[in-house]
Amino acid sequence: MMTKTVAVIGGGPAGMEASKELAFNGFQVVLLESGARLGGHMNQWDRLFPNKRPAGEILESLYRNFPGSITVMTETNITSIGRNADRFILRTAGRDVIEADALLVCTGFRVFDAILKEEYGYGIYDNVITSVDLEQWFKEKRPVLTSHGRVPATVGFIHCVGSRDEKSGNLHCSKVCCVTAVKQAVELKEKLPEARIFCFYMDLRMFGLGYEELYKESQEKYRIQFIRGRLSEAFENMDGSLMAKVEDTLTAKPLRINLDLLVLMVGFLPSDGTAAIGSLLGLTFNPNGFLQPRDGHLQPHDTEQQGVFLAGSCKGPKNLEETLADARSAVLRIRQYLTN
Amino acid sequence: MPRWGYKIHEDRQVIWEEGDFSLVERIRLAEPSLCLCISCGTCASGCTAAQFTDFSLRRVIIQLQRGRIEEVRQEIDRCMLCGKCILTCPRGVNTRHLVLCIRKELSGDVLY
Ligand code: SF4
Ligand code: SF4
Ligand code: SF4
Repeated sequence: MMTKTVAVIGGGPAGMEASKELAFNGFQVVLLESGARLGGHMNQWDRLFPNKRPAGEILESLYRNFPGSITVMTETNITSIGRNADRFILRTAGRDVIEADALLVCTGFRVFDAILKEEYGYGIYDNVITSVDLEQWFKEKRPVLTSHGRVPATVGFIHCVGSRDEKSGNLHCSKVCCVTAVKQAVELKEKLPEARIFCFYMDLRMFGLGYEELYKESQEKYRIQFIRGRLSEAFENMDGSLMAKVEDTLTAKPLRINLDLLVLMVGFLPSDGTAAIGSLLGLTFNPNGFLQPRDGHLQPHDTEQQGVFLAGSCKGPKNLEETLADARSAVLRIRQYLTN
Repeated sequence: MPRWGYKIHEDRQVIWEEGDFSLVERIRLAEPSLCLCISCGTCASGCTAAQFTDFSLRRVIIQLQRGRIEEVRQEIDRCMLCGKCILTCPRGVNTRHLVLCIRKELSGDVLY
């Protein structure tokens, strides 16, 4: 029997994990990544929730024992996908032609562009940053200072930026930003013990094991203050700090608070690659723009197109554990498909 | 006094910086479990005093954390110290002791 080839589209954690497992299972693998390097969003993380594990450990483990037999193609954009009998023919912008017996779509997510939420002032006021920016600061070991070079005395984390917001066109919950906010608030408090740190939330969604524990620790040990209310707007004060307006819904009073730094917890959206590959293949999108498997419970990797499978956050917001488990489970499904 | 046909409403907006956080800081040292409250309202829903008066321990805790001492003072004496709320709080806040600490502090006893 000829060795079957699987083309894995997207080289983030899901695509890397699936490629390795496919290779261990004896398949020929071509891993296609549009960016310059593998690892996806993991490259931007400093430490992971809920246990503050260094993200580098995960990347390292993804690269460890990475089979040399896998053909990795970075900076590769797929322009067309055709079929010849049971085989897929992929053409790239660089005029490469790849043939495969099955496709695994691992095109993942992108984060919400906070500029679109104009009333929060990202890109307008210097002391409004996103959770991605803050994680980058942590990763670069950059001191957390305001744009005027001062140590912030008050910091506010704003949950649900671009998520659960039909004005932004996104009804879904991004799932991981609540726990990310608590993780980052705790890390910030470790760096700035004098600072008063607030989380402004609508609901706190601590769904994973260890998340509620982190939340409790953030209250007890780090004295993070949680205020239930959604930011309506932020203004810049003369000194560059920000005045935030929320309703303190638990006291039913409008609240005004000055913050030296505002961190926007930007949500999960389908990546451009997810949208593009989904359209090229004629896959079904769910109402939030993520790819829809044939049956979320029973056929979570199958699509309407025979031989095309899905894994990871192209299907919707996922944490890393779920993403890696989903990738491994997709490999089992592909193996079953290709050996029968 | 002449009636002018209009009146001036007080601004309802709360300005965070105007809160008095000294009380919550002292109470926290006496009863650290205060920080664990998640405003679920279990204490208030089963509360004996809340059945007959407009009292909510959940609201008292929030007002305390917001530095709204006047609001705390107005409510805190309504608690009958029955201790029922301790049995139900999901976060293990030592509610009865918390009420006692607040009362002591407000009556001028310095706990810490
Ligand atoms: S996880 Fe939390 S912050 Fe993120 S969208 Fe859901 S509720 Fe909002
Ligand atoms: S101790 Fe006070 S607050 Fe608790 S249930 Fe009894 S009356 Fe209510
Ligand atoms: S039952 Fe406990 S956690 Fe819930 S509001 Fe009362 S004190 Fe807070």
